Amino acid sequence: MNLDIALWLSQDAITNGAVYALLAIALVLVYTVTRIIFVPQGEFISFAALSLASLQAGQVPGTVYLLIAGGILVVAADSVGLPRAVALQRLPGRLIRQMALPLAAGGIAWWSASRPDDLWLQIVATLAIVTPLGPMVYRLAFQPIAHASVLVLLIVAVAVHYVLTGMGLVFFGGEGLRSNPYSSLSFNVGVLNVTAQSLLIVFASVTLMAALWFVFERTLYGKALNATAINRTGAQLIGVSPSFSGQLSFALAAFIAAISGLLIAPTTTVYYDTGFLISLKGFVGATVGGMASYPLAVVGSLLVGFLEAGSSFWWSAFKDSLVFTLIVPVLLWRSLATPHSEGDERQ
Amino acid sequence: MKARLPPMIAIAAIAAAPLLLSDYYIILMNYIGLASLVALGLVLLTGVAGLTSFGQAAFVGLGAYATAVVTTRYGWSPWLGLAVGMTLTATAALFLGFITLRLSDQYLPLGTIAWGISIYFAFGNLVFLGEHSGIPGIPPLSLFGWTIDTGWRLYLVIWLVVLLALLAARNLLDSRIGRAIRTLNGHARMAESFGVDTGRLKIIVFVYSALLASLAGWLYAHFLRYVSPSPFGINAGIDYLFMAVIGGSGHIWGAVAGASILTLMREWLKDILPHLLGRNGNYEIIVFGLLVVLLLHRTSSGLMPFLVRMLPGGRLLRPVAAAPLPQRPRLARGETLLAIDRVSKSFGAIGAVRELSFELKAGGIVGLIGPNGAGKSTVFNLATGLLPVTAGSIMFRGQRIERLGSREIAELGIARTFQHPNLLADRSALENAAIGAHLRGEAGLIAASLRLERAEEARLRDEAARQLERVGLGANLHDAAGSLPLGSQRILEIARALCADPLLLLLDEPAAGLRHLEKQALAALLRDLRDDGVSILLVEHDMNFLMGLADRVLVMEFGRLIADGPPHAVQSDPAVLEAYLGVAA
Amino acid sequence: MSRREAPALLVARDVTVAYGKVAAVCGVSFDIRLGEVVSIVGPNGAGKTTLLAGLMGLLPLRGEVERFGKGAVPPPTVEQLVRAGMGLIPERRELFATLSVEDNLRLGGFDRWRQGERDGATDLANIYALFPQLRERRHQQAATLSGGERQMLAMGRALMARPKLLLLDEPSLGLAPLVTREIFRIIDRLRTEGVSILLVEQNASAALQLADYAYVMESGSFVLEGPAAELARNERVIEAYLGLAPVEGPRKLQRETAKQQV
Repeated sequence: MNLDIALWLSQDAITNGAVYALLAIALVLVYTVTRIIFVPQGEFISFAALSLASLQAGQVPGTVYLLIAGGILVVAADSVGLPRAVALQRLPGRLIRQMALPLAAGGIAWWSASRPDDLWLQIVATLAIVTPLGPMVYRLAFQPIAHASVLVLLIVAVAVHYVLTGMGLVFFGGEGLRSNPYSSLSFNVGVLNVTAQSLLIVFASVTLMAALWFVFERTLYGKALNATAINRTGAQLIGVSPSFSGQLSFALAAFIAAISGLLIAPTTTVYYDTGFLISLKGFVGATVGGMASYPLAVVGSLLVGFLEAGSSFWWSAFKDSLVFTLIVPVLLWRSLATPHSEGDERQ
Repeated sequence: MKARLPPMIAIAAIAAAPLLLSDYYIILMNYIGLASLVALGLVLLTGVAGLTSFGQAAFVGLGAYATAVVTTRYGWSPWLGLAVGMTLTATAALFLGFITLRLSDQYLPLGTIAWGISIYFAFGNLVFLGEHSGIPGIPPLSLFGWTIDTGWRLYLVIWLVVLLALLAARNLLDSRIGRAIRTLNGHARMAESFGVDTGRLKIIVFVYSALLASLAGWLYAHFLRYVSPSPFGINAGIDYLFMAVIGGSGHIWGAVAGASILTLMREWLKDILPHLLGRNGNYEIIVFGLLVVLLLHRTSSGLMPFLVRMLPGGRLLRPVAAAPLPQRPRLARGETLLAIDRVSKSFGAIGAVRELSFELKAGGIVGLIGPNGAGKSTVFNLATGLLPVTAGSIMFRGQRIERLGSREIAELGIARTFQHPNLLADRSALENAAIGAHLRGEAGLIAASLRLERAEEARLRDEAARQLERVGLGANLHDAAGSLPLGSQRILEIARALCADPLLLLLDEPAAGLRHLEKQALAALLRDLRDDGVSILLVEHDMNFLMGLADRVLVMEFGRLIADGPPHAVQSDPAVLEAYLGVAA
Repeated sequence: MSRREAPALLVARDVTVAYGKVAAVCGVSFDIRLGEVVSIVGPNGAGKTTLLAGLMGLLPLRGEVERFGKGAVPPPTVEQLVRAGMGLIPERRELFATLSVEDNLRLGGFDRWRQGERDGATDLANIYALFPQLRERRHQQAATLSGGERQMLAMGRALMARPKLLLLDEPSLGLAPLVTREIFRIIDRLRTEGVSILLVEQNASAALQLADYAYVMESGSFVLEGPAAELARNERVIEAYLGLAPVEGPRKLQRETAKQQV
């Protein structure tokens, strides 16, 4: 391998690593706030990429119907257990609150499908469809068992992943889709051919990370989420309910996943199950930092990017499996570098 | 004496099944049996020890491929295939466990994902292993000339193995080593301070669960007579985890329940959905996922607790009296027990303990008091090896201990209680106390699985019961520790420490939250222990409590010793009055 | 009881709270009136903490509870109660250990801020005036505070929500006498500022000196109630909870502490 190739691979590694880092941040966020390993993240990526491609093909994506059905289910779930009179009395208000966003997103999607050349509208429509699915999934699948063990939450997360993958297949079929490039510009820096596409990815990732940092360090909402991650009972006592922080963190995570989906949509053919593998790499990055540290999650994700770029050079056919195999030496190194382990105490 | 009826009914049903079921269901039952074996390993690993593995399917594959290669490529006996598979599995699991479990519990899932994906990739790409088309022509098993080649013969073998594995797992959990395994789920520090080698035990449990998976793989290869990579991928690994959780991962029968439900659900969905929806599609996975979510919404700890609740409970008795365990020889009164010499401990820039020195002689009750944040609990953590000292030395009976781990210190005869009770909340007081006696037994995992350690176990349980009776919890032997009031939980902690037969007992605020009469009972107990040759150092806030009890009181403030002497002298010491009451005397 | 004429902030009738499978509180009835400190004393395990958790919506509760004159169907959540003006300072404090003291306090006012109230800075200044130590440590992580400072921070955080009714669980637990005295002084001051307080305490002598009215709880039910001064003279209470230690020295100390608290 010569320097040119190394540079070219590094560009690839950083571009991919930036996306993995975003996903890893979302995983750490959801895990620390809700103790849920956000397995369905991959479907949100696929949904975003495929919804964008559908809109560009002039079609209203099936995810719109999922969003509307989800809104109705949320209203139904909120009404269960209430006395009938109370439920009926609150129904109109709830319908307006819960259905406004899905119906608006549906409207934007219809409008956008009729304007296949309006890229900004497509992006807005995609974000409007995918982001509200996050809190919906939390409300329906996780909120009723918010106190269950990490393991049970994980199993439910995998089950939700199955459901959404199945739906992805129903909505978009088994054929992959690729959206139009945002820009076909590229320019040479020294020996390196840099595409505007990869610059955009890195720029968008860094901007989003900075925005997230600002939210967590400087806004009371971000601090409230952080507080939930630190002490759940304490958060309840200041008026932050687990459902509030759960839905908020899922909304953020779905938004991040949707952005990631939009970023990769023009770079590769996306299938209904593509997102899962990408998300799994974000997960590997996040676990390098113990699912607890944002900076380490970013470092871990860049590491995954480089491992992947390296293995795609040497064994391109097996690059996906090899990324995971190469984690073993990383673990071994961490294990030997760490003098002793501290058992997790749950007291 | 738990009700034995339900397992008997389950066993009878399994025995009768071949007579009633069609061939199709016999084969399905065989799959369920194999999955139950793998899920049982996960019940121990995940449900009991709290460690998650996604790689069990890969261990099944290792067992299956090992015997496939050994029997088809070399023509050797399937039994040799079993031996090879087990050896390979144990090696792989040891390696994985060694590199991940030393770090932190969440690295095992990551390590097993990496392992699961890699081995699947190896199966599918190595020419030697037949690549994606796999290895056909595996011979059937035969036992004493009886060839096991039909569905129902396999059924008998598979389910016999499953029942034996269930029996071994039940025995294991009801033993000294089983109690230690239960502490792995969030109580490792406590367990270490009673001599449990938690790091080693985690690896052992992981290897045990991997071997169960490998055994299932061996049976699978000789049942299907053909292996290919697809059943051993990461999805299959996740499926086994589903089975353990849905069955109820804390119960050994949960493995069978989970394996049955999942396998049947999948089969039925495949049959029913196309009829219901009138078309073929990939709706199974959607409906399957929804059913799992709904099921866990109904009963988030799985099916077994739900089923167990409907069954009658048995009457629980005190363990029968057994020969007492040997005791350490008591020390002569006045011998130097603990010598703390210029010990310092800093957390970052904060000095929690500064140049602290004092000695304890055998046979006394010494109180350690001081305002909050004075460093009292830190002294306990340093003396029990939970924290390393920054500088200085600690000697116990003339031996340096400041560099030893909690385990070694426990072995020397120091036992402690924790400021916040550190108990297995859903296990009985008796089991919790018996954890304290861990170092007084030696039976391991194999002896426990085969019930070869019953004599020792009886003595341990009797000791636990005796100590609980001594501290006044004789009526609560079988109550879940978490259901006891906080004060009683602290007392239970003392009983657990006593089970370790300590020479020095460190009690961290034992009287906090006790009412007056209970405090008096506690004081009487501590005097009784002192007369019995146990030396006691206790951190306490309640001056009244100490005044009538301690022979000597040490007062700490800001990490230093500011007074040391008999209670009454200390009480009128100007420095103490200033620290405690804020009045300059 | 004729002196208790102020309007009731909280009325509980026949309240039962279960912790796990065991009903830790069985059928208790009581009320708290405006501007009162009401204390519940009793041995460990009597169900005091469980009762507070039930009142605050952290555990499911059966029976009738009227808070601020309103009934409770469906049962209100913790967050609704915080908004309605109830605050709980739990036995374990439940602080945000890795956040700074000031962030902990500001988060105490999160719900008011979310409601559009922008007077958090004034509240913060008031809290710092009440607990000058917290101002000194405002940039420190909550985890680095001493036990007494933690209790102050927990109180400060709860006060940031401007509660009308504060539930305090064992504020003196684990604190040295000097710090305890300071905490009780502040509780007394809060009462004069119009915050009503339900005080659960194992330190019965201190609690009874401070409270206006008190209940004695044993095994999940109330066995005695009355004006706190009367209960403090009740023989049964003296014997069971005030603890007459046989040694002369410590009693003297305790009395001194007590005098300074009054």
